[in-house]
Amino acid sequence: MNPIQNFFDKQRKHFEPGGRLAPWEPFYEAMERVFFASPETSPQAPHCRDSLSVQRYMMLVIIMVLPCLLFGIYNAGYQSFKAAGQSADVWTMLWFGAKIVMPLVIISYIFGFGWEIIFSAVRKHPISEGVFVSAMLFPLTLPPTTPWWQAAIGISFGVVIGKEVFGGTGRNFLNPALTGRAFLYFAYPVQMSGDAVWIVVCQNGNRIVDAISSATPLAVASTVKASGTAETALTQAGYSIQTLFIGLYPDSIGASSVVLCIIGAVVLMIWGVASYRIILGDIFGVLSVGYLLNLLANDGSMPYFSMNPWYHLLIGGTAFGFAFMTTDPVSAPDTHAARWVYGYLIGALTVIIRVFNPAFPEGIMLAILFMNIFAPLLDQIAVKVKLKKRIANV
Amino acid sequence: MAKPIYQEFTKGLWKEIPPFRLVLGLCPVLGVTTSVENGIGMGLATTFVLLCSNILVSLLRKVIPSKVRIACFIIIIATFVIVVEQVMKAFVYDLYNTLGVFIPLIVVNCVVLGRAEAFASKNGIFRSILDGLGIGIGFTLSLGALGLVREFLGKGTITVWGEPFFEGPIVNLVESMPSFVPFEFMVQAPGAFVALGLMLAVMNLIPSK
Repeated sequence: MNPIQNFFDKQRKHFEPGGRLAPWEPFYEAMERVFFASPETSPQAPHCRDSLSVQRYMMLVIIMVLPCLLFGIYNAGYQSFKAAGQSADVWTMLWFGAKIVMPLVIISYIFGFGWEIIFSAVRKHPISEGVFVSAMLFPLTLPPTTPWWQAAIGISFGVVIGKEVFGGTGRNFLNPALTGRAFLYFAYPVQMSGDAVWIVVCQNGNRIVDAISSATPLAVASTVKASGTAETALTQAGYSIQTLFIGLYPDSIGASSVVLCIIGAVVLMIWGVASYRIILGDIFGVLSVGYLLNLLANDGSMPYFSMNPWYHLLIGGTAFGFAFMTTDPVSAPDTHAARWVYGYLIGALTVIIRVFNPAFPEGIMLAILFMNIFAPLLDQIAVKVKLKKRIANV
Repeated sequence: MAKPIYQEFTKGLWKEIPPFRLVLGLCPVLGVTTSVENGIGMGLATTFVLLCSNILVSLLRKVIPSKVRIACFIIIIATFVIVVEQVMKAFVYDLYNTLGVFIPLIVVNCVVLGRAEAFASKNGIFRSILDGLGIGIGFTLSLGALGLVREFLGKGTITVWGEPFFEGPIVNLVESMPSFVPFEFMVQAPGAFVALGLMLAVMNLIPSK
């Protein structure tokens, strides 16, 4: 027999009622579900045969986020060596980047998973794979210099307040990863925003406590002086379209590479995990509001108005948020019409927050959280409209 | 009323502690608990109003026509609120300035009105005094507790009567470990909701009886 199945069969007796590890049964089940489909059947009809359970669903998202993580590791190392003015081979950069990023990921998993186990054991519900995704997405939205204990606080807040207090995966109306990120953003603005947090300073391959100031593309674009110069300012700062597209620039760990986000989004859409309606709505929202601002731009308006809207899709965490955050199946609406509106409004709000509010250079986090709150309302409206079209019972 | 008379006092301290068990009077609970001092000051002001209005309502309970009772209660409460306001303005001007609009708002505090309506208008004066004192002290304690949590997490201090009673929670367990940095979030409005929600959750873990 399969050695993996053998292993699980051997361990099962400890977790069954009466076994010595019986309270941790949810943990066992979660681990088994990673490899095998559930043998359980529902006691009553309808019986739906599908191998795509919530567990599989979430694992597919993690698989598509992994390239972003690997690229983020490389990019963190690359930026450090570049800022130090040293050259190094790819493996040195990867190693240095891993030393920056992996502790954050591991801490995020330990604390996120820890809270999930505690709540599952107390409430006697199985561990949901949702926390795997949240704990993976959360560190990717952080700046590389985030202190470890802040990452721990952030993911704890996200998982407990953003999800578990409302009843766990499936009942959370906010995206847990973004809830944690937003909490850190408002609790510790100094370590979460500004120009000095995006590059870990290194000296001869060692991390040192210091800061390098480096304006992200968002900061560059929001501080241009004259109308119509945002694109040139970005290029002069070293952020050409190619750089922005590939992602070798200082930003949140996993959010910089647009091309990997596009690949992830397309694969998820083909697999049917991500809703193409939401993603297309997002992009349409950004472009339409961006062009509208272009039309309104004149000499008296803010120079940010006149930036080519396609740049909004390239800079900051837009691509990452659209691909992996807006498509979260729990916090997004469930009806097709509502998904279009939801996506469109997220895109529109992202641009509006970015352009009109200098205090929030990155609008995508707040836009997604804001629309998460409205998702149930959009569903409600979509259903009401649909019902109105029906011919009344005569 | 078969209950022993001392229970009218003690119920306010735990069984019917206003913000956590009755979930009443949340406006000041959320608004002024940015520090221990503000919380306790607000609690004491409310206690005074509660006590006096309970006495007067209880005395007048046979006189007030039931159709206009709410309006009468409000007038009685408002009278004492003005007394408190003037006293605070005279003697603790700093606190008066910090609490600001929340002092006049005691008039519409549901704890005060709720006790007048639900208790004092149906019970004798002695029981009403005990009830007012108990609920008032319970309210003060909860505001103080919430203020303690929020000030400690948000500013890293505990201030009592203008004196920093405790400063800077340093959690230097290991020499090289960074110390705990207080986060402003807790003394802002959203922090109030989060702190109150968590405290309610903790209270609900403990059975009320």
